[in-house]
Amino acid sequence: MTAHAEQTAQAVPGAVQAVPEAGTDRFDFVLGLADDALVAAQRLAQWCTHGPEMEEDIALANIALDQLGAARLLLTYAGELEGAGRDEDALAYRRDDREFRNCLLVELPNGDFALTMAKLLFLAAYQVPLYTVLASCGDERLAEIGAKARKESAYHLDHASLWVRRLGDGTDESHRRMQAAVDEVWPYTHELLAPDPTAPIDPATLRVDFDSVVSGVLAEATLTVPETAWKPDGGRSGVHTEHLSYLLAELQVLHRAHPGASW
Amino acid sequence: MTTAWAAVAAVVDPEIRVITIEELGILRSVGEEPVTGRVVVTITPTYTGCPAMDVIRADIRRALATAGHPQAEVRTVYTPPWSTDWITEAGRAKLARAGIAPPAPVRPTGPVPLTLTVRCPWCGSPETEQISRFGSTACKALRRCRSCTEPFDHLKAL
Repeated sequence: MTAHAEQTAQAVPGAVQAVPEAGTDRFDFVLGLADDALVAAQRLAQWCTHGPEMEEDIALANIALDQLGAARLLLTYAGELEGAGRDEDALAYRRDDREFRNCLLVELPNGDFALTMAKLLFLAAYQVPLYTVLASCGDERLAEIGAKARKESAYHLDHASLWVRRLGDGTDESHRRMQAAVDEVWPYTHELLAPDPTAPIDPATLRVDFDSVVSGVLAEATLTVPETAWKPDGGRSGVHTEHLSYLLAELQVLHRAHPGASW
Repeated sequence: MTTAWAAVAAVVDPEIRVITIEELGILRSVGEEPVTGRVVVTITPTYTGCPAMDVIRADIRRALATAGHPQAEVRTVYTPPWSTDWITEAGRAKLARAGIAPPAPVRPTGPVPLTLTVRCPWCGSPETEQISRFGSTACKALRRCRSCTEPFDHLKAL
């Protein structure tokens, strides 16, 4: 361990392995995408047996499964990039909250069904153009993951768009709750698209596609975006809301209690 | 190698048990390592999170062991990504007979939000509606026939 790492480890207990070193840009980038998918999968899976109807229960579980599939491929690749011998399980189950690089949007609690759909709409509107760009990028591994995940994300976007339109342009009550959901979640979308010219793909370049899809859906749904300058962030550097800690406790408890267990 | 191929090609999908992995289009190759002579099978998942992959890998190894290749290796590849266009004609016919509407051809740009008529696999009526775009497995949607009122699965174009 270097002196620098020791200092950082004291400042952030448990974050030793996340200390950035030269050449980890790609690792951090891939880890961010992986954690987005992993945390989104865990949140969506929490709807299982709690869906408003059986079909929706199954739909949310299916979308969670897609996210988990992408997360596993991305975590595996991140582990290889890091070169420290960590596999997908080590990265998913043995990191603390400060070592996670997901955006804040995905860790927010599910709220009511409208809030979950607002979160899914914004996440999918970000992931579809992201995976599409990855599919034709120079990194062979990211390209194959992007090509596969892009097709699945298109279904997520379609599903969320249908519900946001149905609820927004529905009854007074469904409109009120859908608008409240958009108001609550919208500020968190800025973190998804925050410029990062050092990243393999600058998220800011996805904004045109994101805005085009989201504004179209919201207009059809008779919804508006809130006027607020608040742009919460920190997820990409490991500074999260308290919600992530509880989510990770549930996600990791079994593996940490019984390392390497299988059945 | 023909026996190895035949053994692997006969493995059925654990979630849609009327169709083989060859007919589903997820079996990429069955080869032999030049030096060791070990059989190497390459498969690709339908969906990234497909929970049946572990079972499929185990079924392939079991089938090869029975065919006299106990040391076989199963590799998973993701490029090019699986598409429902790879389901064979025989596979599509088997799906339809089992009450699962086969997927329409995929557009070059991938799935888009549009509604195509899906014929009821039971009565053939085009008057069907989608109940849920996500069904009992990742690759299926749930539909209902307005003519005979029967619900049925539809393998989504991907």
